Amino acid sequence: MRTILSALALFGLWLLMSGIYKPLVVGLGAASAVFAVYMVRRMDRVDQDHLKIPLNPFRFIAYAIWLLWEVVKSNVTVTKLILAPHLNLRQHLFHVPNTQKSELAEVIFANSITLTPGTITVETEGDAFWVHAVSYDEGDHEALADMDRRVTSIETGAA
Amino acid sequence: MDIPALIIEILSWASIVTGSFLMVVSGIGMLRFPDFWSRTHAASVGDSGGMILLILGMCLQSGLTLITVKLIIMGIFLIITGPTATHAVANAALVTGWRPKTAEDLEPVKGVPYSDLPEPTVRGE
Amino acid sequence: MMFLVAAVALFVTMVLILVRLYAGPIVYDRVLAVNAFGTATVLFIAVLGFLTGRPDFLDIALLYALINFVGTIAVLKFFRYRALGDIPQMPAHPGEER
Repeated sequence: MRTILSALALFGLWLLMSGIYKPLVVGLGAASAVFAVYMVRRMDRVDQDHLKIPLNPFRFIAYAIWLLWEVVKSNVTVTKLILAPHLNLRQHLFHVPNTQKSELAEVIFANSITLTPGTITVETEGDAFWVHAVSYDEGDHEALADMDRRVTSIETGAA
Repeated sequence: MDIPALIIEILSWASIVTGSFLMVVSGIGMLRFPDFWSRTHAASVGDSGGMILLILGMCLQSGLTLITVKLIIMGIFLIITGPTATHAVANAALVTGWRPKTAEDLEPVKGVPYSDLPEPTVRGE
Repeated sequence: MMFLVAAVALFVTMVLILVRLYAGPIVYDRVLAVNAFGTATVLFIAVLGFLTGRPDFLDIALLYALINFVGTIAVLKFFRYRALGDIPQMPAHPGEER
């Protein structure tokens, strides 16, 4: 079942990317999709590493829209910082705890921190990140804790 | 020109000009900021805001075609890989002993990983 | 017309990033500059495709985005471990053998 679905997905991607619908090209696409899935199945016998996506898709889309708005706000902040006639940076490296259960959600949280300009995840250790901020203020902890709650709530099984 | 086309034209102009502006700002920031850690933030302005706005503008220009699908795939890929690459560079710098400077009025947080490493010196400059 | 604006802006950005790439001063500054330059190049190729009316350029841009990411990670891995293949055992503090 998984195999057929992934072959169909790969074939759909091919159709979208090529945009040429002659029999030969479509046939080559179908052949390569089937070949890729065959190779992946062979590899699966070597390592039993399956991708699970424990996310709620609707909450994820709502989160993505919220994140885009955050990106806009922090872009304005950092742009002001760069173009200010006198640079007043307030750099700081601090600790941000994270509460996600799955690794995928942790990656989403860390990448969200880095995607918003002004904060960068520098190092992960256990259940906390080291975050570097270029213009730190005391409200950053609360803002990042809010982002952490939002990422945790998109996991399935979360309240 | 009918009204919807005009609106799309105005929106794509706005997003492309804003995106171009953000890219130039990130270039200026790369030059103006004093040390490596602040420059990562300047680079991420172009990686997130500038990239998203430019791709949005190009999507609005091309309308509902395969080009838009390709642009969206490209945008999603860049959104995932951009922060990952920035994190990888910053992490590599931390692991080799480069410490960010903490502002004068702030207390440095204790227990930073690899903080027992000596601060490297710039070679050949 | 608007793509001309974007192309000029991206060109200016790429020149600014090249100055940083030359100035350094530490090696990670240069890696960061190469990565940012790659992002600018991807967008520049895409804009160039629109400017010349050849949307095939988007495929090249997509490919460049893939190579840029893998290249950055490969360079960083090489700096850290001095090898690109399998790492036999990971040193606890890789910075010490720098």
